[in-house]
Amino acid sequence: MSTALPANKFTWLVKREFWEYRGSFFWAPLITAMIMIAITLMGLITAEVTAHQHGISINGFDVSKITAAMGADDVEKLHSALDVSLLGMCFPIGIVLFFVLFFYGIGTLYNDRADRSVLFWKSLPFSDTEAVLAKVAAAAVVAPVLAVAGMIVLQLGFLVLLSLYAMFHGVNALPLLWSPTHLVSLWLKLIVRIPVNSLWALPSIGWLFMCSSFARSKPFLWAVMLPVVSGIIVSWFKLMQSFSLESGWFWRHVVGRLLLSLIPGSWMWMDFGPNNLARLGNNPLEMADNFLSLSTLASQLTSPDLWLGAAAGVAMIAAAIYFRRRRVEAFA
Amino acid sequence: MSGAIVTARGLSKRFGNTVALDNVNLNIEAGRIVGLVGPNGAGKTTALKAILGLTEFDGELSVLGLDPRKHRDQLMQQVCFIADVAVLPRWITVEEVVDFVGGVHPRFSREKCLAFLAKTKMKNTQRVRELSKGMIVQLHLALVMAIDAKLLVLDEPTLGLDILYRKDFYQSLLNDYFDEQKTIIVTTHQIEEIEYILTDLLFIRDGRIVLDATMDQIGERFAEVMVNPDKADAARALKPLHERQIFGKSIFLFDGIDHARLAELGELHKPSIADLFVATMKGTYA
Repeated sequence: MSTALPANKFTWLVKREFWEYRGSFFWAPLITAMIMIAITLMGLITAEVTAHQHGISINGFDVSKITAAMGADDVEKLHSALDVSLLGMCFPIGIVLFFVLFFYGIGTLYNDRADRSVLFWKSLPFSDTEAVLAKVAAAAVVAPVLAVAGMIVLQLGFLVLLSLYAMFHGVNALPLLWSPTHLVSLWLKLIVRIPVNSLWALPSIGWLFMCSSFARSKPFLWAVMLPVVSGIIVSWFKLMQSFSLESGWFWRHVVGRLLLSLIPGSWMWMDFGPNNLARLGNNPLEMADNFLSLSTLASQLTSPDLWLGAAAGVAMIAAAIYFRRRRVEAFA
Repeated sequence: MSGAIVTARGLSKRFGNTVALDNVNLNIEAGRIVGLVGPNGAGKTTALKAILGLTEFDGELSVLGLDPRKHRDQLMQQVCFIADVAVLPRWITVEEVVDFVGGVHPRFSREKCLAFLAKTKMKNTQRVRELSKGMIVQLHLALVMAIDAKLLVLDEPTLGLDILYRKDFYQSLLNDYFDEQKTIIVTTHQIEEIEYILTDLLFIRDGRIVLDATMDQIGERFAEVMVNPDKADAARALKPLHERQIFGKSIFLFDGIDHARLAELGELHKPSIADLFVATMKGTYA
C-alpha cells in the first residue's frame, strides 16, 4: 500500500487541473502559435508572389557583408527590432491565456457543483484548502508557463520560416537571426515575467475563484456584472470625489484589477495609467527595450499597487476556500 | 471487532422552515450493514451528508471518533462514499481516475482496482462520459472496493440501473468487499433487493428515526397474519399496524404481539421490509 506524501498529493491535485483543462492550458497556446506561424507563411508567400509580379529580385544578397559593416551598436539595434517582432507576435497567445484563465477561474469551483462531481472529489482525503490552492497553482504557474512555452515555439517557428525564406533567396540570415545568447536572454526575460504577471493577476484570480465558489448559478454574471455595475454607480454619482479621487481611479484600480489583470503584462499599462505607457519610450524599439528591461520589472516589484492587489487576491482566495467548504452542490 | 462507528446525539438540521433532521439519535456498530430507509424528503440524504462532513448541523455527531465538519479530509481516509449514480467527473478517463485516487489516497490498492476493472468491458482510455450508467457505477465501485476503509456510505447507489447491474453491484459488495471490519450504510428505494444483505434497519420519517432494529429483532417483533373474515374482528382488537385485503382474506401486520397468540388467528409470516415500510410510512404524503 502506498502512502501519499502531502507534497505528492498536491502534485496530483495540480495534475488533475491540467487533465481537465488540457485543451485550454496546453493546446490553446500551441494552436495559436501554429496559426501565427501559418499566417507568417502566408505572408511570406504573398510577398514572394507580389515581388515576382513586379519583377523585384533580392537574390544573391549577402547579409554577412552588411553585418560585417555594421558596428556593435547597429547589431544591437537590429536585435532590438527583432525583439519587437518576436514579442509582438506573441501578443495573441497572451490574449488567449487571458481568456483561458478567465473562464477557468469562473468555472473551476462552480462546474463540479453544477454536475455534482464535487461529491466525488469530496469523498477523497484532501482538504478544500489543498484543492483550491492547487487550482491557484494551475492558474498562476501551470497555464502561464505553458503559454510561454507556446510563445517560444512560435518564435522558433517564425525564425525557422524566416531563415528558410532567406535561404531560398540565397541569403544566409543565420548569424543575424540565430544568436543563441540573445534568444536565451529574451526567453529568460519572458520567464522571469511569469511570477510578476501572476502576482499582479492575484486579485483577478481571487475574484473569479470567489465568484465561482460562491455563486449558486450564473457565476459569469456575478463575476462581470458586480464590478461593472458598481463602476457605473460610482461614475454616475461621482462617489470617488468624497475621497478626492476621479471615477477613473475606481475603474482602473478596482474594476480593471478584478477583471483584466490576467492579461500578461497588463501592469505595464494598468499601473502606469493610460498616458504613462509613453514613459516607456518614444519609439517601438525603445519601448521594447524598456518593456523587457529588468529595471522595469524591479520597479514593478516595489509598486504598492502590486502588493495591495496581491493581498486582496489572497483574501478573496481565502473566501473562495470558505465557500468551497460550505457549498457542496450548486443549488443546495 | 466492535465499537461505535457512528454516534449521533440530538442531530438536527433545518433548511429555512423545513426540518430535515429532528433530534436524531443513532449508534452504528462496526461490522454491520445498515439500511437507512425512508420516503422522499425524509432526511436520508441530509443524514448521510452530515456523516460525510458535507453539511453543517446542530447536535453531536462523531464518525470514527472524528467530527466530520472539522476533519472531512482526515475522515475520508477511512470512509468511502458513492452518491446516487454518476458523480464521477465526466471529463476524466478510466486511467486518470485510477491514477488520481492512487495518488491522493493512502489506503488505495491499485492492483485490486485493476483486477476489478479487468472483469468489466471498460477501456483505460475511455472517458466517463463515454460509459453507460451501469459502467460508471462499476468504475466507482471498483475504486471504492480497492480502498481499505472502515465505513462505506451508499446513497441510492443503483438508481436508474437495470436489474443485472443492481444484482451484480450488491453481489460484489458482499463477496469481494464486506467483512466484519467494515461497516456499510446504504439508502435505496429498492429495499426488496437489499433486504437479504442487511443486518440492521433504520426507518426515517420527517427527520425522525421511527424504527431502529436489527433484522433479528424485526423477525421477533413483527408478524404478518393472514386471517379469514370470521376472525378479522378479533384481529383488529389487537391493534394491528396495518391491514390490507387479498383474495377475500385480510392481512394484518402486528408489532410486539406474542406470535403464539397470532398463530391462532391464521397463517403467520415474517413481513417483508417493503410491507413494514408501507405500514410505518402510511399517510406520509397525505
